[in-house]
Amino acid sequence: MKYIDEYRNEADAQKVLAVIRRTVTRPWTLMEICGGQTHTLIKFGIDRLLPEQITLVHGPGCPVCVTPLELIDKAIAIARRPDVIFTSFGDMLRVPGSHDDLLSVKARGGDVRMVYSPLDAVKLAQKHPDKQVVFFAVGFETTAPGNAMAVWQARQLGLQNFSILCSHVLVPPAMEAILSSPMNRVQGFLAAGHVCTVMGYWEYEPIAAKYRVPIVVTGFEPLDLLQGILMTVQQLESGRAQVENQYTRAVRREGNVAAQKLVAQVFEVTDRKWRGIGEIPRSGYRLRDEFAAFDAEKRFDVGALIVQESSLCIAGEILQGLKKPPACVAFGKQCTPEHPLGAPMVSPEGACAAYYQYAVSSIQYSD
Amino acid sequence: MIATCPIPISDYPHITLAHGGGGRLTHMLIEQMFVPAFANVALETLHDGAILDVSGARVAFSTDSFVVHPIFFPGGDIGSLAVHGTVNDLAMCGARPLALSSALILEEGLPMQDLWRIVQSMQDAARAVGVPIVTGDTKVVDRGKGDGVFINTAGIGIIPAHARVAPTRAQVGDVILISGAIAEHGIAIMSVREGLEFETQLQSDSAPLHDIVARVLEAAGEQVHVLRDPTRGGVASALNEIAARARVGIRLNEAQIPLADAVRGACEILGLDPLYVANEGKFIAIVAREAAEQVLATLRAHPLGKDAAIIGEVVAEHPGKVYLRSRIGGLRVVDLLSGEQLPRIC
Repeated sequence: MKYIDEYRNEADAQKVLAVIRRTVTRPWTLMEICGGQTHTLIKFGIDRLLPEQITLVHGPGCPVCVTPLELIDKAIAIARRPDVIFTSFGDMLRVPGSHDDLLSVKARGGDVRMVYSPLDAVKLAQKHPDKQVVFFAVGFETTAPGNAMAVWQARQLGLQNFSILCSHVLVPPAMEAILSSPMNRVQGFLAAGHVCTVMGYWEYEPIAAKYRVPIVVTGFEPLDLLQGILMTVQQLESGRAQVENQYTRAVRREGNVAAQKLVAQVFEVTDRKWRGIGEIPRSGYRLRDEFAAFDAEKRFDVGALIVQESSLCIAGEILQGLKKPPACVAFGKQCTPEHPLGAPMVSPEGACAAYYQYAVSSIQYSD
Repeated sequence: MIATCPIPISDYPHITLAHGGGGRLTHMLIEQMFVPAFANVALETLHDGAILDVSGARVAFSTDSFVVHPIFFPGGDIGSLAVHGTVNDLAMCGARPLALSSALILEEGLPMQDLWRIVQSMQDAARAVGVPIVTGDTKVVDRGKGDGVFINTAGIGIIPAHARVAPTRAQVGDVILISGAIAEHGIAIMSVREGLEFETQLQSDSAPLHDIVARVLEAAGEQVHVLRDPTRGGVASALNEIAARARVGIRLNEAQIPLADAVRGACEILGLDPLYVANEGKFIAIVAREAAEQVLATLRAHPLGKDAAIIGEVVAEHPGKVYLRSRIGGLRVVDLLSGEQLPRIC
């Protein structure tokens, strides 16, 4: 299959691995930003094929993982209302709130539906004028244009019964938060290819210069990741700190300008709380005032919610690359995909779930 | 008598859809509630059907319920699926199907024309297999208390003397085959679900496997150790069950697993792993290494097995676990899923 097979070719992968082995002379710690990249690394066993000097730590780029607990509790409270059809992407449904998740709300009779696109939620609102249709608009820059389009369309259609519960987050401020932490150990980044498809990569140039850190925009197929790792290591070994683009088949420096314009019309930058990390200044989007009528937080008064995180879960340290999932005392014991304590165990993009699902741990296998 | 519910109420006070997904939660129900409650030897083999000794003859007995939505889908409907499903469960015991039952649970308001279409489809499917539907039952529930129609079928079959199939017979050194390309039923159904529609020419692979299984058993007899149709939960869940039952390791080679381009494309877009997607017309055969090539040739000679392939082997390492060698040569675990796969955000 075109655009798939050529990026999963074993002989080519071995060639790139050989160059990586020849290039590395000392230990380096790299972070892949996006949960989709973590997923590929573990699913294809790339982490075990790399020379041991290279440590990959997993970044905060899992949208369900960083959505604040308060907002999930709010979503659950809204979804419980009998007049509401609550819509969401699939992997948000199982994320634990303080006491519950959205699938349990569904099991008890709430009208919770999985959609593939926010525009499907707009269609549902047209089809059910007697119901309030709410879409859980989470994600990074990648999903922002689709969500902006949904709100835009709802306004064009004059829909009174559509709103979004918005928790959009942005990658560059999170990278800066990681880099400026005194505990930081990340020496190079694989930037998230799909985020850059929308936003371009010019925003990363000042970060690379300020923190002297190489940033390579990287795709999601095994060979993309291997090439991204190689490019980052080549920069580190030669003392360079630049923004480079591995994912040239999808990403341009300026990004998708039409999508950026739409996003800027509907959303504005705001401070955001990240689950497990805390508040990061100017790190998210909220609806502009002129679209306030489509803001579910304003439409539904859910009262004061008492929010409670698991005391065992170390999701914050996982998401900042300070620890790897098996280092958590609850990993695979109290915390499993059936009974997640934190969001990284839920989504296939979550680092804990990727390790739980795919990682070959103690067993050595002769090949 | 068991006084308290064996599933910790703190974990799951209610049944969720994941309990029916064929993954870890389904297993928890079976292993912690049903098997201890109903405890008996025939049940404990946890095969696709029970194998009973009736006056010296080995009789396979199986049942399955069908709740598919939508009830008419590309490549089949709930009626043909209900016949194929139970015929295939009997075939996976090595049995030749003898007779089926049909129990219909109908929702008030179901169009009579739809019911007639379903009944005709059941009869057509049963005639094609050569197995009569000999008994049945009908119930109607209030509007809103069902999803149009639910069907339960049960079936019995006779196991020929040369068949000795059981999940526990998987042995180190055995070869694992699949009868064709995977994940077609699940993706075809998904393509027509409300809210998820996408355009595709894909059809469900729903088909009766009794004949192709009979040919394999004629060709390789007792060297056929395990048969399993990877329905709900897909190939990954079926192989995990076998690895656990037989206490062996299973190793797959991703590059050898047959997968149609349209299915692969849909899985890539939706973020689904085809190894966990349902099949309704494919089966896994685990056979002695000496018989592997002959079984492969037999499969490929049958119209339902032209894309059959050897996809892995049974190994002594990592008992109870399934490993997969990825296309680029890395190794990963193929574990049971908790419930159904959830499509990713991006």
